[in-house]
Amino acid sequence: MTLTRKTLTRGAMAVVAGTSAFALMACSGGGGGGGASADAFSVLTNVENAEVPAVLETLAAGACSDQADTLPLELETTPQTNLDQQLQLQAGQAALPVLFSAGNAPSLTAELADAGHVADFEQVLGDLGIADQIEPAAVSTIESLYGGFRALPFEYNVEGIWYNKQIFADNGIDEPQTFDDMVAAAETLNDAGVQPFSASGEQGWPITRLISSYIFRDLGPDAMQKVADGEAELTDPEYVAAAQAIADLGAEGWFGKGVGSIDMATSENQFLNGSAAMFYMGSWFLSGLNDPEMNQIGVENVGFMPFPAVEGGAGDRSQLAANVGLPLTMNANLVDDDTSSWLECIVENYGATALEQENRVSGFALNDEVDDVPELTSMVQQQVAETETTVLWFEALFSAEATTTSQRNAAPLVTGSLSAEEFMEKVQADL
Amino acid sequence: MKNILGDRRAAFVLLAPALAVYSVIMLVPVVVSLGYTVFEGNAISGFEFVGIDNFVRLIGDARAHQALLFTLKYALVVTIGQVVVGYMLSLLYVFGLKRASSVVRTLVFFPIVMPTVAVALLFQQLFSIAPTEGVVNSMLAGFGGVPVDWFGDGGSAFVVIAIMDIWRSMGFYGVLLYAGLVDIPEDVLESARLDGASGWRLVRHIVLPLSLPVLISSIIFSINGTLKVFDSVMALTSGGPGTSTSPLTISVFDHAFTYGEYGYGSTLAMLLTIICLIVTIFIFRGSRRDLTKDGPR
Repeated sequence: MTLTRKTLTRGAMAVVAGTSAFALMACSGGGGGGGASADAFSVLTNVENAEVPAVLETLAAGACSDQADTLPLELETTPQTNLDQQLQLQAGQAALPVLFSAGNAPSLTAELADAGHVADFEQVLGDLGIADQIEPAAVSTIESLYGGFRALPFEYNVEGIWYNKQIFADNGIDEPQTFDDMVAAAETLNDAGVQPFSASGEQGWPITRLISSYIFRDLGPDAMQKVADGEAELTDPEYVAAAQAIADLGAEGWFGKGVGSIDMATSENQFLNGSAAMFYMGSWFLSGLNDPEMNQIGVENVGFMPFPAVEGGAGDRSQLAANVGLPLTMNANLVDDDTSSWLECIVENYGATALEQENRVSGFALNDEVDDVPELTSMVQQQVAETETTVLWFEALFSAEATTTSQRNAAPLVTGSLSAEEFMEKVQADL
Repeated sequence: MKNILGDRRAAFVLLAPALAVYSVIMLVPVVVSLGYTVFEGNAISGFEFVGIDNFVRLIGDARAHQALLFTLKYALVVTIGQVVVGYMLSLLYVFGLKRASSVVRTLVFFPIVMPTVAVALLFQQLFSIAPTEGVVNSMLAGFGGVPVDWFGDGGSAFVVIAIMDIWRSMGFYGVLLYAGLVDIPEDVLESARLDGASGWRLVRHIVLPLSLPVLISSIIFSINGTLKVFDSVMALTSGGPGTSTSPLTISVFDHAFTYGEYGYGSTLAMLLTIICLIVTIFIFRGSRRDLTKDGPR
């Protein structure tokens, strides 16, 4: 190939294009746009959460109508499995909305906070003078999860096992106090032709919740913090034993068939139509339980029990798993007078409105009297009030990669495709 | 016309807008992605130079090897399936149905027009076991078999993916190869029949060699597409259970956008690009030899 002028020009152009692209890419990223102001009160939530958008719309039409006139409410949703990707993309383009759901892994929120995208509510609410509107228990849960008061508790949930009282009574089963009691109960139910447990293998986390509950009961409330700090590993025998205990439940077929394909809605329905006897879920399930169309077994037949104790374990039944659901964080770059005014209105009114409209227990103070609180909701409120020590959940302190690995491999663990050691090895490798 | 297209400057001016759009949208991101392979980071926390760390990690990463093996396995199985079934269909159209083939051709072609996600949802329901048994499991139970949890295991999930993609594309390859088959001159077939060739021998000795060029093109087309599969697998199993049905494309997506590791994701993407290049060169070399053999007749 002779070095004609044409070849040289072409070659030079290619080199210039390549270098400039290289330089472009090296300089990109890390710089978020600041100083922009919001022209709408934009909110991004996960599509599975129907309540936050509903209550926000009620507020926009009612208590916060003045703020809504200045800054109209704009709601956007994304599937929870896409949430982390969506947040990363929008953060990189400096296009995050005013309020957005925190990522599936709290580590993502920490990363966003380090890059300056997340508002510090201690400061923002302190400036507005409404810091006392948030329940202290909720604040402490948020701080332990997110390394600071970086999210708002639109939900405050406790988790445990909802069970069908009618099925239990029909089979002569009392509320299990220990894990062995629960296994015996499951065996009785299975023999009677009832599916003992309902869990969504497609989501994965309902199964890993069982693993972490067993860990906390067996090894104490700080067991997962030790893993996060490096003092213990998930591949240690006592942690593997927890995974094995849950895998054994699956080996007996007590989660029903095809658990890996069961999505959240199907799993909820299995409990609500009486096909399954026990369902591990948080108190955010109250909206489904209190809805007469969805709840076909009747409110009076629904019982709630904390995850049972493990004999000889360091934890006990009173230590409920508590969380703030998938909370919302605020875009630090869009905090201005209009958005702060909206925020103040939300903080002051969300608690009572959510309780009345959606039967949702949140971490906001109740500023209005709410009449006719349903029986199950007040039962949950009582559990919350009685709980002194709370525990987190399996993926609470994991990285995004470990969270995905854990949730995706939960179903293979209970169907027997993956052994307990292999499961813990995979998750530990990604921590 | 020849004056305009013969003039190089005019040709360049006419091409320039499309070339510019193509460069910006296709070429620049490819170059940038190649650049990312020596960095690590993401859009939120910025990038840092890591040299060849990503490549060292790729060599030792068992999950990346598993994804690569799955990609190759999928490409091989689905390509063979699509082309063979498509070829059978085209033989059926030419020799079996003849005139009536146009209706059948259209109906069998139809699935490729449907969105991949819609087809995936359809197959999810067809092969489901919970909460209700799908058609396949009902039939199995009806014939006295045991219903299978198709999506609970990587192997059976792969079978469903393969069936879905072959069903979807067989009509397309049928039509493509049919076009190649009708090009075979009728008198060649007549003289072969007069010589006593019929049925399978006719196909093997006359039809197959004469339709070889279009067959090779179909194989290349198919391999290129199947190596880069993403949406049908993502919509059907999301790469699950675990990562047992994750091809390289889903692995790239996970690493880049879920874990925030753009550098490693780009490295995996580069691996896939190299595989595609190797396969394409390999096939072109092979086909060139064949074409020159059949050249002067």
